[in-house]
Amino acid sequence: MTGADFIGFAWTALSRQRRRTFLSLIGVTVGVAAVILLTALGEGARIYVSQQFEALGKNLIIVMPGKNETTGFSGVGGAPNDLTLEDAEALARQVTQIRELAPVTIGESLIAHQERRRRSTVLGTTEAMKSIRGLRVSMGRFLPEGAMDRGDAVAVLGADIASELFGNTFPVGKVVRIGDWRTRVIGVLESQGTQMGLDLDEVVIIPVASGMRLYNRTSLFRIMASARHHGDLEVVRRRITEVLTDRHEEEDFTCISEDSVAGAFSQILTALTAALGGIAAISLSVAGIGIMNLMLVSVSERTPEVGLLKALGATRFQILGVFLTEAILLTTGGAILGVCLGWLLVQVLVAVYPTLPATPPLWAIAMVVATAFATGIFFGLLPARRATDLDPVASLARR
Amino acid sequence: MIELSGVGRAYEVGGEVLHALRDVDETIDSGDYVALMGPSGSGKSTLLNVMGCLDQPTSGTYRLDGREVGSLTEDELSEVRRHKIGFVFQSFHLIPRLSAVENVALPMMLAGVSVAERRKRALEALETVGLAKRADHRPNEISGGEAQRVAIARATIMRPAILLADEPTGNLDSASGATVVALLEELNAQGLTLVVVTHDPNMAARAKRVLLMRDGRIVNRIAGSELSETLHRSKVLEATP
Repeated sequence: MTGADFIGFAWTALSRQRRRTFLSLIGVTVGVAAVILLTALGEGARIYVSQQFEALGKNLIIVMPGKNETTGFSGVGGAPNDLTLEDAEALARQVTQIRELAPVTIGESLIAHQERRRRSTVLGTTEAMKSIRGLRVSMGRFLPEGAMDRGDAVAVLGADIASELFGNTFPVGKVVRIGDWRTRVIGVLESQGTQMGLDLDEVVIIPVASGMRLYNRTSLFRIMASARHHGDLEVVRRRITEVLTDRHEEEDFTCISEDSVAGAFSQILTALTAALGGIAAISLSVAGIGIMNLMLVSVSERTPEVGLLKALGATRFQILGVFLTEAILLTTGGAILGVCLGWLLVQVLVAVYPTLPATPPLWAIAMVVATAFATGIFFGLLPARRATDLDPVASLARR
Repeated sequence: MIELSGVGRAYEVGGEVLHALRDVDETIDSGDYVALMGPSGSGKSTLLNVMGCLDQPTSGTYRLDGREVGSLTEDELSEVRRHKIGFVFQSFHLIPRLSAVENVALPMMLAGVSVAERRKRALEALETVGLAKRADHRPNEISGGEAQRVAIARATIMRPAILLADEPTGNLDSASGATVVALLEELNAQGLTLVVVTHDPNMAARAKRVLLMRDGRIVNRIAGSELSETLHRSKVLEATP
């Protein structure tokens, strides 16, 4: 008996019981479609996030005060040293592989122009931020070049802030109040959208020294640096760590590359996707139990047939194969239908939410089809064994 | 050749031991035509199943063509059933979802004969039993007599040495029954060993030998011709006022 014989024989049995076959197929189909859809969502989220990171530029390094890695031995305790403008200047000077470096402070203030006012995030930084973040200016200019500690009274407005405070009037050259501090608008950003959770259309950018004075800060919020070459990223990270450790006499800061953040996000979302897929796969095993029931009924109904096959000289293996093939055909057939249905649902989803690049990962498709196959074997085995163990004489006698 | 010596078959039912066969000694030569007769529960069918290697004796030995059946593994028994034995049942046991030709081809599928040859041989076999035009009909689309002839074609498709028939005409009217019996006897005439379980003395009387069974034992062996004479005489007596 060849494989084609097993499939052909199983097919005659399944096609004879159309409604029953269809109903148990649906169980598997829905389970598989759920796996495809959920993993596609997870994968879509992962791709979306990594696209966001790519929008920032890949060769970015971020230094922040404080060590948030837990090491077994923390050594000297106490508050970390400030991350100062001098640190930033030292890094820019000493780490030659850095292309651009921008210190960052952050605060929140009421921004006012005449009667219009609005609460907004205020970012203190330098001219270098423009190229690091790929910012574009629609009117006027970005922050002026010059020493980091120059705290001019100038501001660059995000696109939304500018239109809310000034409406249709031209903002460049006008005076705005940031809290109590009067400053002159020198430029407006192009609409950029959200990057790293910060809506750049809603920020006000001022020189970093002004920012530290305005919020009475002694420490920077971040230092951002871009490497000359993507391959230098690790070297830059090591050099920054060396220079700062030397200046602070301990490693009381955290230095991360955009790559590692993106990698961590990607890992988290992949794990999440796998978890979603796993949960959906549970519904597959439920479908498997349905198939086991169907097969048990089928074996019981076809007891005389089993007896006949034995009388005609079928081996144990052949009887087992006949029923196992039926179960596997059901689950694998259901899986193939489910992949099609899932793919269709994903297309609908993408049509409705075009920003989410939802696509079922190949590993999920392979996994779900393999799982369905294994489910068929696993849940088909018990009924098939029951058929194999039937006594031929008693089976033939039953009508 | 079938050699049974001291064959018994005991079942345990609810703690009680039931003897379906007791101490059966019998030899059936190749080409023989044997009828098994006896009341219900006398062990006819059990004996037939033991001969067909579907059932195993619990005592005694059964040698088929010199080979001790009790020592065979389950897969070897399947092999024996596939190649040496053909079964014909009272209720035909055709698979309802398969056409006549597919039912006939079934043993060849189990034996691993190629698809093309299967169909060719199955069609030839149907031709032999006079059902070539019914080849693609399902069992529910043909008469009982036709179904039994399909079953006979299936039982003989692997060219077995022994054909075992359990009440082959039990579900048929007398006309179809006669056709089936004629077919079986024709096969026997070609050299096939034929063992028939029957209730019908007229059918048993056609066999070369008749084994009368009671309570799991063979209680009498008579020639078919002898039974035939007895039947004839009783008919004459009945007819005499």
